[in-house]
Amino acid sequence: MAIIHVDGQAYEVNGADNLLQACLSLGLDIPYFCWHPAMGSVGACRQCAVRQYKDADDDQGMLVMSCMTPAKDQTRIDIEDEEARTFRASVVEWLMINHPHDCPVCEEGGHCHLQDMTVMTGHDRRRYRFSKRTRRNQNLGPFIGHEMNRCITCYRCVRFYNDYAGGTDLGAFGSKDNVYFGRYEEGTLESPFAGNLTEVCPTGVFTDKSHAAHYTRKWDLQFAPSICHQCAMGCNISPGERGGSLRRIENRYHGDVNGYFLCDRGRFGYGYVNRSDRPKVPEWRAQLDQTPTHLEVDAALDHITDALRHARRVIGIGSPRASLESNHQLRELVGDKHFSTGIEAQEQACLERMNHLQRTAGLPTPTPREIERHDAILILGEDPVQSAGRLGLNLRQAALARRETMGEKLDVPTWDAEALKTLGQDSYHPLHIAWPTTTELDSVAIRHSLAPEEIARLGFAVAHIIDPSAPAVDRLDTATRETAQQIADDLMAAERPLVVSGGTLTSEAILEAAGNIAKALSMHAKQAGLVLIRREANSTGLALMGGQPLDWALDELAQGNADALVVLENDLYQRLPAKQVDAALARADIRIVLDHQRTPTTDKASILLPAASFAETSGTLVNLEGRAQRFFQVFEPAYLRPEARLHASWHWLHSLAVSLRGEPPKAIHLDQATQACAEAYSSLAGMAQAAPGADHRIAGLPLAREPHRYSGRTAMRAHLNVNEPRPPQDPDTPFAHSMEGYSGFDRPRQQVPFAWAPGWNSPQAWNKFTDEVGGHLRGGDPGVRLIQPAPGHQGHYHQPVQSAEGTNALRALILPRLFGGEETSSLAAPIQQRTEQPSVILSADDAQRLALKTGDRVNIGEGTTLPVYVQPDWPTGWAGLPAGLVAGVLQGATLTLSAGDKP
Amino acid sequence: MDRNKHPIINTAYQLVPATGSLLRTLGTVFMHSFRKRETVSYPEESVYLPPRYRGRIILTRDPDGEERCVACNLCAVACPVDCISLQKAEQDDGRWYPEFFRINFSRCIFCGMCEEACPTSAIQLTPDFEMGEYDRQQLVYEKEDLLIDGPGKDHDYHFYKVAGMAIGGKDKGQAKDEEAPEDVRTLLP
Ligand code: SF4
Ligand code: SF4
Ligand code: SF4
Ligand code: SF4
Ligand code: FES
Repeated sequence: MAIIHVDGQAYEVNGADNLLQACLSLGLDIPYFCWHPAMGSVGACRQCAVRQYKDADDDQGMLVMSCMTPAKDQTRIDIEDEEARTFRASVVEWLMINHPHDCPVCEEGGHCHLQDMTVMTGHDRRRYRFSKRTRRNQNLGPFIGHEMNRCITCYRCVRFYNDYAGGTDLGAFGSKDNVYFGRYEEGTLESPFAGNLTEVCPTGVFTDKSHAAHYTRKWDLQFAPSICHQCAMGCNISPGERGGSLRRIENRYHGDVNGYFLCDRGRFGYGYVNRSDRPKVPEWRAQLDQTPTHLEVDAALDHITDALRHARRVIGIGSPRASLESNHQLRELVGDKHFSTGIEAQEQACLERMNHLQRTAGLPTPTPREIERHDAILILGEDPVQSAGRLGLNLRQAALARRETMGEKLDVPTWDAEALKTLGQDSYHPLHIAWPTTTELDSVAIRHSLAPEEIARLGFAVAHIIDPSAPAVDRLDTATRETAQQIADDLMAAERPLVVSGGTLTSEAILEAAGNIAKALSMHAKQAGLVLIRREANSTGLALMGGQPLDWALDELAQGNADALVVLENDLYQRLPAKQVDAALARADIRIVLDHQRTPTTDKASILLPAASFAETSGTLVNLEGRAQRFFQVFEPAYLRPEARLHASWHWLHSLAVSLRGEPPKAIHLDQATQACAEAYSSLAGMAQAAPGADHRIAGLPLAREPHRYSGRTAMRAHLNVNEPRPPQDPDTPFAHSMEGYSGFDRPRQQVPFAWAPGWNSPQAWNKFTDEVGGHLRGGDPGVRLIQPAPGHQGHYHQPVQSAEGTNALRALILPRLFGGEETSSLAAPIQQRTEQPSVILSADDAQRLALKTGDRVNIGEGTTLPVYVQPDWPTGWAGLPAGLVAGVLQGATLTLSAGDKP
Repeated sequence: MDRNKHPIINTAYQLVPATGSLLRTLGTVFMHSFRKRETVSYPEESVYLPPRYRGRIILTRDPDGEERCVACNLCAVACPVDCISLQKAEQDDGRWYPEFFRINFSRCIFCGMCEEACPTSAIQLTPDFEMGEYDRQQLVYEKEDLLIDGPGKDHDYHFYKVAGMAIGGKDKGQAKDEEAPEDVRTLLP
């Protein structure tokens, strides 16, 4: 703690900060560009000048860059000093000399940090009358627009892209006043975190192309606090809607989970919500080949009630991409004994194992923010960037943090980014990845290219070295033994080692190995951590809820033990081989499917109920930390599309249950649905506290979903009817579908639909909501942890797996893909355009045996032909297949490749 | 003399000037019948409205005949009754334009804020107020109803000629006061 004097006032601040951070944390405004809370200072833009005095007697002082000056005790500065003000105004004027006259046609306009800072410094007249410099743009792919004229040379983009995110294809070119930020050649930005440039760049150079395609200013969007549904990370997002369609996804600051950044799957994968082919009204058909008849809500409910009354036994298949509330209502409808989680058996076993390990392996699960503080990491059988997007960035920061450790010894403050970078050079905290092919983290990691079983054996060996009482692995080759020794040494040398593993390879052995290491580390009383990656948005939640695996449900149907089926937001063909699913569906006379997308499963439905997507309803998800988080309805679909009959699945299912019981229709509200679920499962008891209920008020007001300058209210719907209906009422949440309600920053709150504060229209406004810049939300970071390590629980060591006997069969090794590897985001056009050309990876040996070489085409399953890629260190006996390409192929399935047609 | 004690005298005092005033008024009114007439017999006769009168709103075109509106949404956000709604779209050459542009005139208060906010001179108020309808729905104007063929009151302004964005027919460096795009592959001063 330090005392600083600002404009004659004394304040207590964190002495480790710089003055800019300290002042912003105090709520004082100093304009800035190049400093970023997550990336520190470089002093490039000269915008943050203040006058600093040497001591109490100094009445001259001098101008300093506040971002480059430590907030030492007894520092005396003036922000409002006349010369400092003039200096700051001149800096903006000078940045504006070449700035184009673009605001009206600039996607940044309305949430532009440059606009905000220009207004803040009071520069409002152009005096410079000479010509402006111009620059050409590049096509940077389907995600990011580029308009280089607007650059103010703050260097934030390259600092984020290269240093923070590890990208290599964006750079600063040129010299003096001719610096260009782009790629060496036009082409798609390769980093999976490129989308963050749209928020990191303080101007309209980098903008969201998917947003530009149906552009709406920030002030015109309707927002709600939401949770990304595209993987298990549970990043907090602010989706913005207008006119009944989702227009963009912006990061929603969460101090513990995603901070300021998202991955590109989450940011650009929302397009499925807007697809025109979505089911919008209930559909019914007697025969599969018939065209479906559209039904009204009541008629559909009657129909289903009638059908289910006559059914012998109804099986309910839930979904790890649906909310806990919806899954619970399904379970209530069909009964515990007839409920399946909709997850394939092996995957479910892994999920259950992971929940178990999180409780009993003896190590806590750090939050993604805490991960960045770990100083040695072992990733066992995961490719985190591909399987958990944002998590990869956290892990990278952990490796980079070596710089800070080194800086600490030399008294270099943690915010002095450039000094630390120079100091650190290429030294990183040890990061070991056991994974068969290249990963996005390789530049800061040591990767061990191994087959799944070998990864597990390596893990068991590491555990044994750390704690000799852990079982040893027999017949370990020297290379693996040395690797294990190296990993164990690194982990043991660290203060806070971290073990990361997950269900991607659906190998229980790998998870057991990770568990053994965790337990071994906990024996050494290390401040270690264990992170386990799950696949889908609510995988963790469903495993906590429990239920039979999908295989069981299909068997029951195929054996004729049930004749009716209710499927909740789940495409069964993505999970198990088509034959198996077909066989089961063929025996079900009544096939009720609820979904918000058309899938091969909805094509088999006898009754299809249109479910609301995440943007149109609310619910709770549990992320990979075990954090229950609530997402809230962004918009009411029926307001602008009165013909739509979209409802939350939990609504549909509850109405069905009521109607089956023959009771008069009665509505269920979100809080009741959540409460019912929390009460039904002890493991989920905490979920009700994940977010405030519908009666939550701030200063007596509900919370506004729309910014106060939301425009066009009396015109946007006038083409339908000039008489405006009342805005939709929301009995489920504390948010209002209008600008009426609280939208300020001065009262701490946890649920923030959009960040705005007077004078702060850009995402930088989040600084007004946090306890200190880059800290936690003043109202507390949202969500509650449901999985806690059981105190005093002594987990036990697992026996290592044996090395697989050599077989000649080629087994499938499904590799997760950030783009194209997830069901719903793959339905979004930008993601489809960004998805890389898939290929089959083979080892040199296998390629030779099969007489294939890189570039040859082979057939896999029905109708999928892929080029072969021969990777020298790829494990023999396995064929690497991209996830989401050949539906229904399971990890480890035996494959027969046949030569395909020539390209 | 205390007038209040002599009400009759008091009344007489008041009556004399009142009568005078009355007669003068009658005289003035009478004299007016010889003056030029201010009242126009609308609708037979049309009214003169100055060009800056704030009536029916139009969308204008730039001197080249292209739609001026760039769909920036500033008019919509400036509108105090929120009666303007539009959606940005982009032509193949990069030009922004409104896919739809709707004004609900049943709400418009003709304050002119939209015109003041517009950075392109696209939206203008005109001296036309004859917009009466029997059906309120008819007061919802779409772009077809708003867009005219000329530049309106502002004959010269051409936004894209001063903006930095390249559009068809105007490359980078071709706007007013712009240098040719820089060559980033040179380090020469
Ligand atoms: S970057 Fe900001 S200031 Fe520059 S044109 Fe865009 S909106 Fe205007
Ligand atoms: S492109 Fe944006 S982030 Fe990069 S230097 Fe220019 S203004 Fe800064
Ligand atoms: S990491 Fe996962 S949760 Fe986060 S933005 Fe990416 S897809 Fe969404
Ligand atoms: S302010 Fe002008 S350019 Fe902008 S949307 Fe309105 S009419 Fe179009
Ligand atoms: S923010 Fe301090 S110099 Fe840029």
